[in-house]
Amino acid sequence: MSKVRVPAVEGWFTMDEREPHLIGERGTRTGSYFWPKAVAVSANPLAPDEEREEVLLSRHGRLWSWTTNHYPPPEPYVAPDPFVPYTVCAVELERERMVVLGQLATGADPAALAVGMEMELVLGPLFEDDAHEYVVWQWAPRAATAARGEAGR
Amino acid sequence: MSADRSIAILGVGMHPWGKWGRNFVEYGLVAAREALADAGLAWTDIQFVSGGETVRNGYPGYVAGATFAQALGWNGAQVASSYAACASGVTALSTARAQILAGLCDVALVVGADTTPKGFLAPNKGERGDDPDWLRFRLLGATNPTYFGLYARRRMELHGATREDFALVKVKNARHGMANPHARYRKEVTVDDVLAAPVVSDPLGLLDICATSDGAAALVVSSVEYARARGRADAPRIRAISTVTPSYPQTTIELPNFATDSAAGAGEPPAHGFKESIARRAYEEAGVGPEDLDCAEVYDLSTAMELDWYEQIGLCAPGDAERLLRDGATALGGRVPVNPSGGLACFGEAVPAQAIAQVCELAWQVRGVAHGRQVEGARAGLSVNQGLFGHGSAVVVTA
Repeated sequence: MSKVRVPAVEGWFTMDEREPHLIGERGTRTGSYFWPKAVAVSANPLAPDEEREEVLLSRHGRLWSWTTNHYPPPEPYVAPDPFVPYTVCAVELERERMVVLGQLATGADPAALAVGMEMELVLGPLFEDDAHEYVVWQWAPRAATAARGEAGR
Repeated sequence: MSADRSIAILGVGMHPWGKWGRNFVEYGLVAAREALADAGLAWTDIQFVSGGETVRNGYPGYVAGATFAQALGWNGAQVASSYAACASGVTALSTARAQILAGLCDVALVVGADTTPKGFLAPNKGERGDDPDWLRFRLLGATNPTYFGLYARRRMELHGATREDFALVKVKNARHGMANPHARYRKEVTVDDVLAAPVVSDPLGLLDICATSDGAAALVVSSVEYARARGRADAPRIRAISTVTPSYPQTTIELPNFATDSAAGAGEPPAHGFKESIARRAYEEAGVGPEDLDCAEVYDLSTAMELDWYEQIGLCAPGDAERLLRDGATALGGRVPVNPSGGLACFGEAVPAQAIAQVCELAWQVRGVAHGRQVEGARAGLSVNQGLFGHGSAVVVTA
């Protein structure tokens, strides 16, 4: 029986399996972007009271940097047993002019990464329990996702 | 600034760094008593006690100032406790300085101590869905070294740094720390040792990343008049203390955040990044510049971050740090030795004590008593660090 896919955190990203987006906010006056909206994010001090509207952030960006972790992190991370190294990417969004972290897409090869590479937002597994697969946003090299799309057609 | 806002460092003290497995209060007591003895003062002379907090030791850790005051014996001194993560010690120092400069007290004890758990620093327990520090572990597995790894990889890609460059920072600091009786690690390390160590957060290995340690550091500080009256007109001076926060938009990804600020719609970005602004503020207040420094204590949470600091405190232009290192400018005997104490590479981090420990080293250096690691003719030094959630800290100490 397949497990139910649920977001590992509510309200941070859309569960659109084909074209997921991070759910952010935009200041209606300055046009500054904010994400994730659920936790403390700084305000533009020149417009501290500006209204914010919900907005989907760009799905594509350029790789700012990355690192692969070879030791299991402490709780509350749910590490698989045996532990599998995982890569964290920092991706620069052009329109939003901000850098957003996310794990590298499950199965993508960190050895193929380079700063400036085009990346695309995807959904992937973070951990699971008996009934659910908890899903999180991830970054995939765009060439790889394009190739996968071709293969699937 | 025209007005002299200096205060005097009358005494310094430390409990050696290590993994001693005892209560942090014990370490703080050792450091405090050593600083008092160094100052030639009794605890009962102290009018204000300022503690750097630790958040892993329960209630007494959260009220560090009073905890140390009680352990030393209640003396009625006024008290404050400061939390600013890695910058806690300097925030505590800045509180003491404000009391002194406002004329509210003449002499103060500043103390920080920590007992750290084994392994990665982790967030507080419990389901903490509104705490970015908890969420970054939960949703990303973004440990502290993850951020260090991102910076290191970026340096390699942008400036052509190599893992060997990073290793050379460790080799240098290990050599500096060998003669430091307070350092935890006191043995020579080779480039091969660093490169052969297990990888933690690629490209950084176990020897590129600072450990967590137990330790304590303390300072007795006073007004310049008080120092003079006690025949200590020659005591080292604290010329400036910077405790700045970032300016919007903060466009570098920082612990424990998931994203930077957005620079869209924010007008002109600030002229300097956050880390650059930390030292800059201290230089402005002290009326000195990087060219005036004889040494610096920088927060080498990783080897690669020490190279970043060279640029962020103005020792060289962006991209030139590797050359500065390879030229030997930042080693003992060079133009501006960095981390003559051995730095975090030899100490490991004892969070609320570490920024105080940096200032202790500068005091020893300008007094000319840093045996085995003395920077020849040191007259001026800068310490700099950064704590979680946007706490900058920098101190300028002169002879």
